[in-house]
Amino acid sequence: MTVLATPDKTGSDFPLGFATILDPSPLQYLDEHGALSGVLRDDAPELAPERLLGTYRAMVVGRRFDVQATTMVRQGRLAVYPSSYGQEACEIGAMLALRPTDWFFPTYRDCVSMVTRGIDPVQTLTLLRGDWHCGYDPRRWRTAPQCTPLATQAPHAAGLAHAARLAGDDTVALAFCGDGGTSEGDFHEALNFAAVYQAPAIFFVQNNQYAISVPLAKQTHAAALAHKAVGYGMAGVRVDGNDVIAVQHVVAEAATRARAGDGPTLIEAVTYRMQAHTNADDATRYRNASEVEYWKSRDPLARLETCLKACGLLTDAVVAEANQAAEALADDMRARLGEEPEVDHRDLFRHVYAEPTPQLREQAAALQAELDADLDAAEHDEAGVEAAGRGLDASGADGAALGAVEAEAGR
Amino acid sequence: MTATLDSAHRAAQNAEISLAQAVNRALRDAMTADDKVVVFGEDVGVLGGVFRVTDGLTRDFGEQRCFDTPLAEAGIMGTAIGMAMYGFRPVVEMQFDAFSYPAFEQIASHLAKMRNRTRGTLPLPVVVRVPYGGGIGGVEHHSDSSEGYFVSTPGLHVVTPATVSDAYTLLRAAIESDDPVIFMEPKRLYWSKDVLSTTGPEIGRAVVRRQGSDATLIAYGPTVSTALETAEAARDEGYDLEVVDLRSIVPFDDETVCASVRKTGRAVVIHEAAGFGGTGAEIAARVSERCFHWLEAPVRRVTGFDIPYPPPKLERHHLPSVDRILDAVASLQWEDR
Ligand SMILES: Cc1ncc(C[n+]2csc(CCOP(=O)(O)OP(=O)(O)O)c2C)c(N)n1
Ligand SMILES: [Mg+2]
Repeated sequence: MTVLATPDKTGSDFPLGFATILDPSPLQYLDEHGALSGVLRDDAPELAPERLLGTYRAMVVGRRFDVQATTMVRQGRLAVYPSSYGQEACEIGAMLALRPTDWFFPTYRDCVSMVTRGIDPVQTLTLLRGDWHCGYDPRRWRTAPQCTPLATQAPHAAGLAHAARLAGDDTVALAFCGDGGTSEGDFHEALNFAAVYQAPAIFFVQNNQYAISVPLAKQTHAAALAHKAVGYGMAGVRVDGNDVIAVQHVVAEAATRARAGDGPTLIEAVTYRMQAHTNADDATRYRNASEVEYWKSRDPLARLETCLKACGLLTDAVVAEANQAAEALADDMRARLGEEPEVDHRDLFRHVYAEPTPQLREQAAALQAELDADLDAAEHDEAGVEAAGRGLDASGADGAALGAVEAEAGR
Repeated sequence: MTATLDSAHRAAQNAEISLAQAVNRALRDAMTADDKVVVFGEDVGVLGGVFRVTDGLTRDFGEQRCFDTPLAEAGIMGTAIGMAMYGFRPVVEMQFDAFSYPAFEQIASHLAKMRNRTRGTLPLPVVVRVPYGGGIGGVEHHSDSSEGYFVSTPGLHVVTPATVSDAYTLLRAAIESDDPVIFMEPKRLYWSKDVLSTTGPEIGRAVVRRQGSDATLIAYGPTVSTALETAEAARDEGYDLEVVDLRSIVPFDDETVCASVRKTGRAVVIHEAAGFGGTGAEIAARVSERCFHWLEAPVRRVTGFDIPYPPPKLERHHLPSVDRILDAVASLQWEDR
């Protein structure tokens, strides 16, 4: 058993009454090579053939998304891409255990989970293509905008979960966080709030061993990140983050606990960041190839395939169908992300406030005048009025900004 | 409960109440009007806040509507954001100005930006109440004027009342706003009393508190009363001063401010915060840009020095005083005097 701390229902509600097992070996249903370890009961919902096949398909599609995005960043079609290659069991397993009505708080690393939730790949990549900060409607998908300031999404999940509980809904909030993010103050505050409020929240740490170049040993001296749960008086679980069956199982358990009013759970999923931090990073500066090779041998998709083969579920038809879906997604990404996106300069001033302030109206008008002047100048140039046109261009822009101020002054 | 409250309200209609009580009444009325309004922070529950601003709210509305949190300002701010995402309208208290700093990342990176990041789909109707300013003999970290940090963070409204009635009306408007509002409460004025009027101009409008023809004093929050005192004192020296109370720093009411300065031709901006890079610098620049041809003299600022807030025994040297404002007024190039 690797549930580190669960509220002791028979004892007192005091943290000291918690049954605490500090064995840090991660919960695992598939062994390193993909054989079922026999820990899970045969009737566990994660082992139902339909579920296993759905999981497999999502894993194949999710990986294809990640590979395609990495290719597109190399082609210059995305500004940046933090890959989750090798972390798909976390990205996908956690999503498959949630209901559509639950809220999800992703980080920059979690595009694969968002696509798994059903968000359009182009909308998912809006941030990383540089079109806008968030491309989807968070309310529709119950998915917060991807969060970049580390761990700052965790208190949002605690607050939203608390709100859901006050509203009498059985909504759960799950926040992803990196191993590095657990060192941030907001991580601590979020877990503490959630535990004090007994909020239906799940804090899912993808311990991929690195925060850019900094290894886990420099983030914590604890034997396991999941041990931190003990200090907050909440359930803590350490799970093999490359075992998609185990991940689904522990998230489903945490969600059940949360819905029952038994409070939040900290899940530490032990996994590995196979790629560099982002395309802009050079991982060879801080880790060696043998380490990467070791983790390659524990690949989450390969392990699932081995398991499905052993169960007789991985037929040629299943493989072909999953690959087809993956290629269709990749084709679609290439086609739609290859197009030059329409960006609208007027968006700069929209949605800063419900109603733009007088100052923003003024600035929007000034920018518009600048652009109109540029356009006029370009037309002049085309008509062959070169030097004069360029002169007009410069004074036109300044004049427009000044004009806005003076127009205001004339009121 | 409601019946006694109502009759109490009626009886109190013409009685003077303190600014702290006006804030309390605004919270009560907002909580009564909308059950999505929740109040939380440090000691706001049973104690009623260290300034008693939330007195009785937990008793009257229950622990789900007004509650104490763990001592963690980023956590308070972050959970408020999460609750607002789920449809609540949190009003959170930062116990003192300088203790809002741990919440700053949540405020700057999320509270101020969420509407913009999500193209308007996730507005955050959160009010952050910040008791601020000096003059109460507080030891260090209890007297900062922190408005500048918020004012230079696009996406926030920054509002500060100077009167009992504004404390009520501006807070009601802040809670009803779909935008995040930093509600700066001049703690020096918590105990000042007046008869409450529950209607007033909207957020974003400044008010001329005193008509005058010679120069405009532009003030907000705690310095409005100092400006009014100065205007009285200036009468003896032959100056007829106008006093503009900004009420709202963001959005800024250029119209009212500029109309006043164009009328008087002279302006002094007053605040307690340090002058360098402060709100007054922005105001002076705006006035100069917009009223240059009407100005008889450069816009002057009377602000706190560019120093960490001093200890109680020295704060009188730091705070803008009537004399210092009078000196500034006297320096405004009165050729005919
Ligand atoms: C508050 C904050 N500090 C620094 C950064 C810069 N930064 C971005 S990702 C990263 C490493 C995060 O590591 P981890 O939490 O383990 O997540 P991973 O990237 O491995 O998924 C850093 C330092 C940031 N985004 N936010
Ligand atoms: Mg990491």
